[in-house]
Amino acid sequence: MLDVKELTMSFGGFRAVDHCSFSVDAGTITGLVGPNGAGKTTLFNLIAGAFQPSSGTIRFQGEDVTKLSTDELFHRGLVRTFQIPHEFHRLSTLENLMLVPPKQSGESLLSNWLRFGAVRAQEEVVRQRAMETLEFLELTHVATERAGNLSGGQKKLLELGRTMMTDAKLVLLDEPAAGVNRTLLRKLEEKIQILNQERGYTFILIEHDMEMIEKLCDPVICMAEGQVLISGDFQTVRSDPRVLEAYLGEVAYGETA
Amino acid sequence: MELIGLANYAVYMAIFIGIYAILALGLNIQWGFTGLFNAGIAGFFAVGAYASSVFTSPAADGRLGGYDLPIVVGWIGAMVCAALIAWPIGKVCLRFRSDYLAIATIGVAEIIRLVVKSEGWMTGGARGINNVPRPFGELPYFQSQLAYLALIIAVVGLVYFLVERQIKAPWGRMMRAIRDNEAAAAAMGKDIEQRRLEAFVFGAALMGLGGALFAHFNRSITPEAIDPMVATFLIWIMLILGGSGNNRGAILGVAVVWIIWSMSELVTDQLPQEYAIKAKYMRIFIIGLMLQLVLRFRPEGILPEPDYSNHEKKKKVPDANKASDASAAE
Repeated sequence: MLDVKELTMSFGGFRAVDHCSFSVDAGTITGLVGPNGAGKTTLFNLIAGAFQPSSGTIRFQGEDVTKLSTDELFHRGLVRTFQIPHEFHRLSTLENLMLVPPKQSGESLLSNWLRFGAVRAQEEVVRQRAMETLEFLELTHVATERAGNLSGGQKKLLELGRTMMTDAKLVLLDEPAAGVNRTLLRKLEEKIQILNQERGYTFILIEHDMEMIEKLCDPVICMAEGQVLISGDFQTVRSDPRVLEAYLGEVAYGETA
Repeated sequence: MELIGLANYAVYMAIFIGIYAILALGLNIQWGFTGLFNAGIAGFFAVGAYASSVFTSPAADGRLGGYDLPIVVGWIGAMVCAALIAWPIGKVCLRFRSDYLAIATIGVAEIIRLVVKSEGWMTGGARGINNVPRPFGELPYFQSQLAYLALIIAVVGLVYFLVERQIKAPWGRMMRAIRDNEAAAAAMGKDIEQRRLEAFVFGAALMGLGGALFAHFNRSITPEAIDPMVATFLIWIMLILGGSGNNRGAILGVAVVWIIWSMSELVTDQLPQEYAIKAKYMRIFIIGLMLQLVLRFRPEGILPEPDYSNHEKKKKVPDANKASDASAAE
């Protein structure tokens, strides 16, 4: 589904992503792990079209999408969430979701003036879908609250919720569990699994919570210093000496080996 | 006699409040809802004022115009011209971050002012255009003023209705989302550059209309009218004081600031000559002080941005889900 080849991103002399190649199969939940500064989020930004890579190609569903922008990728079903929640803080929680569906006729100035009835009818459908999503996320009680007033964990749920308001094919989740309490975390894992199995979403998941990675992800890709170290199932990756080295440094590796 | 004088003055003020309301609604689309820092309102105001004047005034030597077209055509022409000028400016400048956009638009407004002043073949130069027709202008003075006020109220009402419809529709929601978080709006598939351009052009068209209403009321337009103080910054103060992101707030802000602004002129006119000149600066100072106080004590303005999903509240939003509330609050 997604094919990344020799992807490189340099900021000045620093290569945040360095000749990175991997692919993701449809229907999987792929975990992306690695120490801080390994280039995981930069990789997401490249795949999602927020940055243009210095070199390399990205293919999505067989097509070269390297040069496409974030909004164009969204319309092809590639949707991302943010590590730090990017809620629309002065919009209500409900509006945050209602905003998402593509091709809303009410996004055209002329339709709103000339065909308001049709716009209103479509709004009703969108609102219904948003309410269902809120129910799924158990956020119904904060539907009319400004999103800026939600708790950190609720904002994370809202990020996930937005991906449910479109017919996404591939969803990039950037640390969905960070700052989320344990109870909510289990719920989040459950939601991701349901979306994967029932809606057929493919996920790539950046996460530092190894329990969550172990539970959800197969395969797991480990990055360090902008490169893919290894990919495989969780146990293989966890016990690989190169992974230990990347996390703990060379000295520690020397001691444990 | 005194009473008639008062009534005259009130009508005169109300007309200006109406003209400024159009400008403030235009700015609200750009800044209040989309977050575009346009500091060149005077430029679009000028384009609208001159365009309508050229279209509708009778023939005159030495400058463009004399098309003698109906006034409605002039007003629509004013909006179209302001929009046509705004389009390339937006195309170039909207890629800048908001503070750079502010500087770019100030520059553009200044260029427009200089062009208007120096290109006499087009605009009549420093003398301006002096025979702009006024609707109901042939009536006796007071009736004519009243009729123009009624016309302005109708125009403001129509514009308010058309703008509100957009703001409450998915278009407005999308704009507020772009304002709140550009990266997330792009990640949700919104074409940021294109949409910003729409808002910029839409707002500029209203500013052009405001300019046209002004020129036809004054029966003339000269470069002096395009003073950034009264045609840009005063409108900013009105919007921020009234409440950006709220169309009613914008109109309320216009009324409050304009009444203080013109009342203070009445007071300073009573002063002896040597103080009157100094007092002019006092007026600007008072407006500045007001802005400071509002920003300090009520930064969201007199009428803050409403909850636009509020009109949906009445519809079924089920009761609080206590269980998830408890877990989320942990």
